[in-house]
Amino acid sequence: MPFTDHTIELVGCRTHYRRGGKGSPLVFLHGASGAPVVLPFMEKLSERFDVIVPDHPGYGQSDEPEWLENIHDVAYFYLDFIGALKLERAVIIGSSMGGWMAMEMAVRNTSRIGSLVLVSPAGIAATGAEPADIFLLSPEDTIRKLFYEQRFAEERLALPMTPEAIDLALKNRHTTARLAWEPRLHDPHLAKWLHRIDVPVAIVWGKDDLILPVGIAHELKRLMPRAELHLFERCGHLPQVEKAAEFCDLVVRFACR
Amino acid sequence: MPYADLDLAAGRKNGTVWVTLPNRNYDPEKGHRLYNRYLDELEYGEELGFDVVAVNEHHQTAYGLMPSPIVTASALARRTKRVKIAILGSALPLRSHPLMVAEEHAMIDVISGGRLITGFVRGIGAEYHTFGVNPTFSHDRFHEAHDLIVRAWTEPGPFSFQGHHYRVQYVNLWPRPYQKPHPPIWIPSQGSKETIDWASHPDRRYTYLQTFSPVKVVQRYLKQYRDTCANYGYGCEDRQLGWAVPVYVGASDEAARREAKEHFEAFRNVYVRMPIEMLLPPGYTSRESLKNVMKAKAQMFGDVTIDQAIELGLFVCGSADTVYKAFEGYWREMRFGNLLVMCQFGTLPADLTRANMERFARGVLPRLKALN
Repeated sequence: MPFTDHTIELVGCRTHYRRGGKGSPLVFLHGASGAPVVLPFMEKLSERFDVIVPDHPGYGQSDEPEWLENIHDVAYFYLDFIGALKLERAVIIGSSMGGWMAMEMAVRNTSRIGSLVLVSPAGIAATGAEPADIFLLSPEDTIRKLFYEQRFAEERLALPMTPEAIDLALKNRHTTARLAWEPRLHDPHLAKWLHRIDVPVAIVWGKDDLILPVGIAHELKRLMPRAELHLFERCGHLPQVEKAAEFCDLVVRFACR
Repeated sequence: MPYADLDLAAGRKNGTVWVTLPNRNYDPEKGHRLYNRYLDELEYGEELGFDVVAVNEHHQTAYGLMPSPIVTASALARRTKRVKIAILGSALPLRSHPLMVAEEHAMIDVISGGRLITGFVRGIGAEYHTFGVNPTFSHDRFHEAHDLIVRAWTEPGPFSFQGHHYRVQYVNLWPRPYQKPHPPIWIPSQGSKETIDWASHPDRRYTYLQTFSPVKVVQRYLKQYRDTCANYGYGCEDRQLGWAVPVYVGASDEAARREAKEHFEAFRNVYVRMPIEMLLPPGYTSRESLKNVMKAKAQMFGDVTIDQAIELGLFVCGSADTVYKAFEGYWREMRFGNLLVMCQFGTLPADLTRANMERFARGVLPRLKALN
């Protein structure tokens, strides 16, 4: 299904999103490096869902609003966003930073949310599972650590670094730092309120995640005992990329029950 | 104030002596001797006739052993009688509360009878990694902390300060600073338009100190400061401009280079070095500045020899005559009212540091002062 580009102005923030497919609504919240292109897993999901992929405030082609100071701002913004689009029973998939945003939304209000798929989300801390320091790693090392299968890293590293791509990377990095520098990649208060999430939750993690180690998945499962936990073998931080087919099957099975 | 006993190979191997170099490389017994040596050298500066001795703030690094310049400045306040003491500077955004900075600087000003020169900095990028302070709020926190400190020094208390980052119900400083309206404020910087616009503003007219940069860069930013003053509608005074540069004066040009070589190169190529991600975390600089640094990366992050450094004017080195002539030329062109010479750098040992200070104080300093 082809994706089309849209812009909506919300809370003074011109927000870019891509939308494609038919079916019940599915919002994909991207991670720290943004969602600059339509990826194969998005195409695949658009066969079954109305897939909406926004650029977060401060990322990609969206504005950098003055009010954007912390992850809570993003959570309230996205509750407004799914309200403005009048989504009902939306599946929210969040990868890494996006998974953190999804949880922050859902502890506040699930009235428009049908289910959550948390894909190696940031947001909580787990003893003994230290995240990689994404702010000290070089861009190349970061990309290498994202994947178990290094051919995915090679593909990304082969992409030309145009001036536009550099600008986007710096913009995304800036907002990631604003939201996640300290406390690093988590909100110490989030864990206290995860019990408020009253919709089905699937936690998806690569066993070989070098960015957010899989120990965090077990801690998240402990905090949300009713959540399903799916661990992918031979897989890094982005199961939706490295294991796209299995990932999409899982989402369909989980969300269409 | 470097950890001069550093195992340079360990520093090289780690890629940087900042943030991640394990602190097992620090020996407190050697540290004891070093602190006392450096404090003796600073006190000796008064005896030799320097106008100002300066300390600075750096955290969790072998580059500089003064996480709190307050401690060193306090020691100097009691052991010196005439010389001014410059804190260049306190890293405002890194401090959890600016009122502490206001209080500590006021204490030193009062104890020393008004000999404090205050400096404010944001701290370098690496220190946002060590402290966890969010670099994307660095500028905001700096400006707000500055406003709170200056108001605390000058406005009758108690009053309430409600900022975005700092909120205080009762600002009511005891002690108030000795100097009126407050100690002079210097702004050390590696150079940025934002800093120059802010420091030169008619409400502030702070002394802008360009630190450790090739002389072409020093010229560019000092000129930019003067031009900015003119655009604000006033003439820049020479006292508003300063340059901080490592200097080594030897018995001859040849002896100076020979004696300084390994110590300067250790300073430039081991102590200062760090990867770009550490130096410039997101938000620490504008994204335009960051891109310029990325372009100049090979030049900025590669090794520099002493000869290249002298050629670039990154380091001023030679006989007293050579050093005087170099500064005379630079002064005629830039008219900086303040010259801060770093007489110790890297691994430069005590005997060479003292000889350097003495040669500068006797053979260069009086002649430079006569220019003014």
